[in-house]
Amino acid sequence: MNEPTAFAKKESLPRREFLKAGGALVIGFSSAGFVSDALFGQGPPPQTFSKPRSGVAGPPDPKQIDTWLAIHADNTATVYIGYVELGQGSTTSLLQVSAEELDLDMSQVSTVRLDTDVTPNQGGTYSSSSIARGSPAIRTAAAEARQALLEMASKKLSVPVESLSVSKGVVSSRLGRKSVTYGELIGDRRFDLAFTGKAPLKSVTEYKLVGARPPRNDIPDKVSGKYVYLQHVRLPGMLHGRVVRPRGQGVYGAGAKVATLDENSIAHIPAARVVRKGDFVGVVAEREWDAVRAARDLKITWDMPANLPGSDGVYAAMRAEKTNDRVVLERGDVTPAFASATHVATGTYHGAYQAHAPFGPNGALADVKPDSALVICSTQDVYGTRNTLAGVLGLPAAKVRVQYYEGSGTYGHSCYDDAAQAAAILSQLAGKPVRLQFMRWDEHGWDLYGPAHVGEVRAAIDANGKIIGYQYDGWHHNWSAVETSQQLALGTPAAEWRLGAAQQVNPGCCGAMYDIPNLRLVNHQVPGLGYLKGAWLRSPLDLAFAFASEQTIDDLARQVGIDAYEFRRRNIKDERWLGVLDAAAKAANWQPAPPAANISNEKVARGRGIGLGTHLTSYGGAVAEIEVNRETGKVAVKHMYGAIDAGLAVNPAFIENQISGQLVQTASRMLHEEVTFNKTNVTSLDWNSYPILRFEECPEVTAVVVQRLDQRSTGAGEEVMAAAAGAIANAFFDATGVHITEFPLTPPRVLAAFRRS
Amino acid sequence: MAGKIKLRVNEQVHEVDAAPDTPLLYVLADDLQLQGPRFGCGLAQCGSCSVLLDGAEIRSCVTPLSAVEGKSITTLEGLPAWYAKQRRLHKAPALHPVQQAMIDEQAVQCGYCFNGMIIQAAELLLQTPQPSDAEIRTAMNGHLCRCGGYPRVIKAIKRASQAMAAAIDSDREKEIAQKIGTTRAEATR
Repeated sequence: MNEPTAFAKKESLPRREFLKAGGALVIGFSSAGFVSDALFGQGPPPQTFSKPRSGVAGPPDPKQIDTWLAIHADNTATVYIGYVELGQGSTTSLLQVSAEELDLDMSQVSTVRLDTDVTPNQGGTYSSSSIARGSPAIRTAAAEARQALLEMASKKLSVPVESLSVSKGVVSSRLGRKSVTYGELIGDRRFDLAFTGKAPLKSVTEYKLVGARPPRNDIPDKVSGKYVYLQHVRLPGMLHGRVVRPRGQGVYGAGAKVATLDENSIAHIPAARVVRKGDFVGVVAEREWDAVRAARDLKITWDMPANLPGSDGVYAAMRAEKTNDRVVLERGDVTPAFASATHVATGTYHGAYQAHAPFGPNGALADVKPDSALVICSTQDVYGTRNTLAGVLGLPAAKVRVQYYEGSGTYGHSCYDDAAQAAAILSQLAGKPVRLQFMRWDEHGWDLYGPAHVGEVRAAIDANGKIIGYQYDGWHHNWSAVETSQQLALGTPAAEWRLGAAQQVNPGCCGAMYDIPNLRLVNHQVPGLGYLKGAWLRSPLDLAFAFASEQTIDDLARQVGIDAYEFRRRNIKDERWLGVLDAAAKAANWQPAPPAANISNEKVARGRGIGLGTHLTSYGGAVAEIEVNRETGKVAVKHMYGAIDAGLAVNPAFIENQISGQLVQTASRMLHEEVTFNKTNVTSLDWNSYPILRFEECPEVTAVVVQRLDQRSTGAGEEVMAAAAGAIANAFFDATGVHITEFPLTPPRVLAAFRRS
Repeated sequence: MAGKIKLRVNEQVHEVDAAPDTPLLYVLADDLQLQGPRFGCGLAQCGSCSVLLDGAEIRSCVTPLSAVEGKSITTLEGLPAWYAKQRRLHKAPALHPVQQAMIDEQAVQCGYCFNGMIIQAAELLLQTPQPSDAEIRTAMNGHLCRCGGYPRVIKAIKRASQAMAAAIDSDREKEIAQKIGTTRAEATR
């Protein structure tokens, strides 16, 4: 198999790596292995490759300590992690957890890239779960390894284990001046120990690294240009590939059919050739520019049905569908509650399709041979991608090797699987390794979008201002289960995730934070094959849920004349929800005022709003301060305040960075982002037709981490976006006295709302 | 048709065999194997491919080779040396002050846009050593960030601006000290 290289010039092997190569666990070079792209001189390398550890396809046995970590002769450790780094710092956090239990410092721990022949299978890196679901195994394995090392040290030094302590991998006994390093005890040999999970863990009070703020290990290389992104990887002897598709996907169920294809139309680029399987069309060439030009110039026409509802008609179309319904959560009985209420608020809200639009379009490299394949891509789940690739290529999963390189921030299921399949199909057809790079319009146009949503909310209070009834009905389609490359190449029919799995109305945004005795949440699943492709987009649909729900809560507060923050405090019992609510309000210096006290008729109206919501775990609270230009309809978000309680924050600094990013991204999604489409296909294909927030309109941000040392760690990569969306919507009413019932809040939509009111 | 084209990149001359209409980015990435400029849109909309051309930021994804022959191209990799040349330093620092400030502010998330952010900020600080908040936002407005990293980038640029001003002061002090030393030596002689 070919060796992927960052670039040929990095092939010389640093001595430190070479020394490790003699042991059982190797980073770096071997004749059958992979060239390390590690960079040295500034602490441990962010992520390198490791050679296959056993000669058999992974996943390695999770019940072996050696699966999780290795101790090297130089007294450093390699930690094998099953979660990918997505630019959020979770890899460094997991190294903190591991170093903490091993009593190493951060300069002594590093990890390797995810690789189905090397790293453990911890499931996909979804739902901000790296720390919540990833750290327990890594923590317990490290503790168990430490215990084993102490026993070795006890024998070696002839002292009881109880007399030993460890600092930076040096085991010392208080009985005499005896010490030995981890490296001397086991250096590059296997533990050969069953992983029982029974070793005692450190208590929170003993933590030195967990809860601290060591810097991220990937940032130095990311600013110097040394970091190897997926887009930088090359394979020897490879061709450059591009897919050729209609500009903008059509209705998911139909895919796209080639009507006419004129291969001679690229005769002026002799080095490029067309490859085709079914309706999957691509071009390959030795030089990248030839592939780009050939894809551009190839004369091809497509049959695409004109039966999409169009972005303007999508909400009415979804609402009119015969849906597959499921009660997600039911408490008490809402009917009598509404009958006895003194005030009721109702509303219908719309949220647009939105795109992942990763900043660098997805790509992948594949070297497909008759009996095996290597695919390098930016998947969130190397083992999951391996399985689907095996199906597409007609190979057993164990014959497919998938390696992960970080691309640009994906924020959910962007086109990485589609790109991996496309590269594999191109390589299979071309008979050579192929590097596929999606163009901007491929990524924007063939994304699996965050679905459009219709939310209908009713909420009711009694004479005391207590919320007594709440109902949320949500309409949207589910996520798509078959990638476009497979659909086009093999004719596999489109399919979506089943009802009850994947996308549902989320209690964490729809009422569950409040103490409401009668509550009913209903998911109305729209048949997705008649719409665009869908998948999880950071905090999936939560922005839409909170946009609808939190405006309804504010509506109730207004009806009884209570400040929005105070009204929420009165209706929340859960102290963790109260914690983030208070934290956000305090950061914003929220002074109680009668509802809508800010409404003005000035040209530029100013308002503030508060909101709550989360994804699946954790707790999010936010405050937004905005300005609305009544003449132009332009909304400017001036300052966002966000608080997350994610239990024990392993690295609060990383969570602050995540909160900051979430607040800005939410402002972008609430103000600008909308996938547009006509009856035939998607028309938002680049950054002009799908604008996002820019520097000039970026709000100030204030991030607050509510540290809970006594609570288990939960997610922090997407848990304040819903709250922020609700806060922006509420600030809009606070400024203008007008309900905004559809996002994004673009000037035409805002002006239309003013006209209606 | 392809032919040899001479490119001056990071003060080194390279001869590449590529069609003159080839966008510079593909040659930097594929032929010269540089990792600073990178593909983002191919439409000059996002800034991930930015390089300095004779000291001014351009989008290499839409700039044909024919337009850059005979000019000096600086990529992220060459930025510390470019800075040293501007400042007449004897030795290039490991990082441009903007790069260092991005680390100090832990400004990065995925980091893919940071090539363009750093290139553009370096140009800004050359033209406007002490930019206001508004000047930073205006200068950087053509660079997008999907992760929402703008607030920290603004902070980092301010930090770099301060660091560069402090470095200038220390350069001047050294210069003055040197002059005094020379004068004394002359006086003694």
